Amino acid sequence: MTIKIDVDMTKCQHYGQCVFEAPNIFRLNSDDKLEYVAEADDSERANVEAAIDVCPMQAIFIVE
Amino acid sequence: MTKPVVIVGASMAGLRVAEALRRFGYSGPITAIGDEPHAPYNRPPLSKEVLAGETVSHETVAFPQRAATADVGWVLGNRAVSADLEHQTVTTADGSVFEYSTLIAATGLRPKRQHYPNNLQAGRHVIRTLDDAIGLRAALGPGVRVVVLGAGFIGCETAATARKLGAEVTIVAPGALPINRILGAELAAEVMRRQQAEGVEFRMKRSVADLIGEARIEGVLLDDGSELPCDVFIEAIGSHCNTEWLDGNDVEITDGVLTDSNLRAVKASGGAWDNVFAIGDVAKFPNPLFDDLARRVEHWNIPTESGKHVGQLVALQHAVAAGTDGTADQLATHVAAGFRPVPSFWSDQFDVHLLAFGLLAIADEAKLVQGELSGDCVFEYYRGGKLVGAAGIGMRSVVQGYRNAFAS
Repeated sequence: MTIKIDVDMTKCQHYGQCVFEAPNIFRLNSDDKLEYVAEADDSERANVEAAIDVCPMQAIFIVE
Repeated sequence: MTKPVVIVGASMAGLRVAEALRRFGYSGPITAIGDEPHAPYNRPPLSKEVLAGETVSHETVAFPQRAATADVGWVLGNRAVSADLEHQTVTTADGSVFEYSTLIAATGLRPKRQHYPNNLQAGRHVIRTLDDAIGLRAALGPGVRVVVLGAGFIGCETAATARKLGAEVTIVAPGALPINRILGAELAAEVMRRQQAEGVEFRMKRSVADLIGEARIEGVLLDDGSELPCDVFIEAIGSHCNTEWLDGNDVEITDGVLTDSNLRAVKASGGAWDNVFAIGDVAKFPNPLFDDLARRVEHWNIPTESGKHVGQLVALQHAVAAGTDGTADQLATHVAAGFRPVPSFWSDQFDVHLLAFGLLAIADEAKLVQGELSGDCVFEYYRGGKLVGAAGIGMRSVVQGYRNAFAS
């Protein structure tokens, strides 16, 4: 079972708070810009939901 | 029938504690009471992207609601007016009485308002609620003359947004620099320079003495006798805590609800309530990462962090009461750890995209440690030589590295 993750890059301001909550999914690259995994094992769901909660721009979504 | 956990306040903190109660295994009834008619929504965009947008609507700011909280009883558009902590009830404006097993105060803040000799209301705005933002958005546009009273985060962000919409904007504030107490003089001066470069004017070390106009605001009179033409007057001068509903109870509610290190409401008579908590903007709590002084922290991550801590604690309390194996130890461990959040905040004003961690407001020293003031940069903040905070414009990865630097 997988979950699909989407980030609205028009809202994302690369604050990177998501990285703390779900480091397997989100990271800041060498230009300090967000990169993320668009599909992950369902075991990451709780972490991704925590990342959704802490995103200052509320830019992260789980695609159901 | 078990009495519900009653959350008074249905904004971000109320939502997060409800989510946490379910996530940590509390399956009993939950009631959340809110004075606004809207389901929980996000406030920071109200001074920024929502205000700048074509339409301001609840959809643009509403928090996603998860299946786990679908059975929460949301009582919206109904303000709590009193509580009886001894008898475990909360009463709302329409006379409804809610009995609770646990009470969680999450009632947040309301903007401070000035009172003027010519106390006009038409043309006057604050920014706290969605309805405030809807009213203000309708009033902004090219050429509109805006005076913002207050140079904190809300004042500066709103000024920037109004300026981007083509308004002529002046910020009036009593201090020497905007957001000085938090950012320190060097960074505050740079924020001001960048605002001025975009055409925002400042009248610092000034206050508004009176409003000018008959039916609506046409200008403001400053304390130095000068006048500013004004179509839109925005008061961004701080907040009051919504705690009047707790008057008459054995609590300490001067400037927020005083709590212990687990967000349990402290009793004026000594000790703390085991079944009354405060979270979010109203919680006045000691943070052992810094010292033992109780403070309110008006930063956006606090409702989520405090909601999680109390949700888990209360879920464990109920599990212990139900006799679930192992939960007494879990509760003891959770309580021993206490609530020790790393405060964080961000601010967007023109090309200033600021991210910060820690308690910058208690610092006595700020130091530029990376980058350049005119571009991206990182500041460290110290109190008595000890690091208490860090803030950066850009340089995200560097600023991120500070988040775990405050563990005692």
